[in-house]
Amino acid sequence: MSKFTFPESIKSRPVYGTLAPRDGSAHLLVADAHGAEAILDMATPEMMAKAHIIYIPKGEAFEEDLRALNPASFYSGPSYGAAEPRLRKALQDAKMGLQVYLAGTEGLMGQAQNEAMAAGIPHTAIQTEHRGSVARRMQCVHCKGITEDVETDPFVCSHCGLNLFVRDHYSRRLAAYQGVRVDAEDPGNVPAPKGIYE
Amino acid sequence: MSGAEKIAVTVTDIVPLNDLVTRFEFKSTDGSLLPTFSGGAHTVVEMQDGDITRLNPYSLMSDPMDQTAYTISVRRDDEGRGGSLFMHSKVSVGDQMVISYPVNLFSLDLRAKKHLFIAGGIGITPFLAQIKQLERFNGHWELHYACRSESLGSYVDELTSHHPNETHVYYDDQDQVIDLANLLDGQPLGTHIYVCGPKGMIEWVRGTAAGEGWPREAVHYEEFLAPQPGKPFEVKLAVSNKVIEVGEQESLLEAMEREGVDAPYLCRGGACGQCETNVIDYAGNFIHRDHWLDDAEHANGQKIMPCVSRFEGKVLVLDR
Repeated sequence: MSKFTFPESIKSRPVYGTLAPRDGSAHLLVADAHGAEAILDMATPEMMAKAHIIYIPKGEAFEEDLRALNPASFYSGPSYGAAEPRLRKALQDAKMGLQVYLAGTEGLMGQAQNEAMAAGIPHTAIQTEHRGSVARRMQCVHCKGITEDVETDPFVCSHCGLNLFVRDHYSRRLAAYQGVRVDAEDPGNVPAPKGIYE
Repeated sequence: MSGAEKIAVTVTDIVPLNDLVTRFEFKSTDGSLLPTFSGGAHTVVEMQDGDITRLNPYSLMSDPMDQTAYTISVRRDDEGRGGSLFMHSKVSVGDQMVISYPVNLFSLDLRAKKHLFIAGGIGITPFLAQIKQLERFNGHWELHYACRSESLGSYVDELTSHHPNETHVYYDDQDQVIDLANLLDGQPLGTHIYVCGPKGMIEWVRGTAAGEGWPREAVHYEEFLAPQPGKPFEVKLAVSNKVIEVGEQESLLEAMEREGVDAPYLCRGGACGQCETNVIDYAGNFIHRDHWLDDAEHANGQKIMPCVSRFEGKVLVLDR
């Protein structure tokens, strides 16, 4: 099951939609893992003739299905970090009329959205669809280090080792949620970790 | 008192540019510096025309950082309600007038990588200030300016001599037309369009850009509507407890002001939303002319923009 209904939350929490083809001179699609399914659900031959897909499989087996859509350009890479230079170059060379579609995990969509915004696309014109893992990209408010793919609350900061509470407070600039020390008042009193939405 | 804060000014220069357009310069009467503004801002000029007070918005075209004087350019409209004719025929150097603080409903989006200006006729004026603003920051811009003829091409000489590479002029009487589809095709990512001119031009640019996949947020436009004359109608103002008659040549907003009702306003051209008024009861038809309310709001009879819209029918009761 790649779709998840997020519970109601505070205003800073991003809201995702459903990808839909738009008229445009070119289409840039960035997805990870189950995000491929959102592209497969939407793709048309006309769109794929002008499409550039950047895909990070993260162990999922959608690459052949995406290649079978016959996009004008296809890239598959091992991580977002590895794909980022290609994404930047694609945006740098792009012209107005480009449509941007992001699908998959929140961390992927948030980071790719920042690149698209830096290239001059208003964030409201960028389409997003969440698919797959509900893990979060978290920033430790204490050491500022980013921990990717956090699935439990609380979790241990991968940089400074503090036990962090997973907040819904989101930073578009950092493309990350805020993690705050859970046992600051009473060091060592750390609740048992559970799933973020449990 | 409604509207933006007021400034007492003296007319310090009047320069006819061509058969239709005249430029006016204002300096503050007490010699103080005027506020700076941002390119695209307008000022509302108060005109005391006999018993009638006219309040017309004009784009500021001077350098936004020049606090010593403001300039506007007024195109004479012989068919209009008389504001531009008043400026052309009744205003002299040395006259004291009242203008509003600058208000900007057409500002530059400074996140843009490139600013693409499209002007029609007198729609050139906000761009003159925006160009001066961008030049200060070495901004990336390009102007496409359509005029009726060389003799009516206000500021063409200034623009082409100062900015020969950025300025592109098209004369209607020489059958020169902006090749819009070609112009939009291939613009670098992060380009924003700004269009100011006749209604048809604005719709053409917005429609073409949308069809080419440009985001709505990257297409900016400004069209000041002048209130149109219409059949007189009666309005009941529930809060003020007054029944007033809106004459053929005045707007609903002007009729309220004439009766001493302090109704909110800013642009007086159907764009800013400041004068939005709730309808309490009505029997008849609204003649909505604003850009502010959406189609559903125009259809449901709950709101009216008194600066440009009118009414035909038996009963109209407003929450004012």
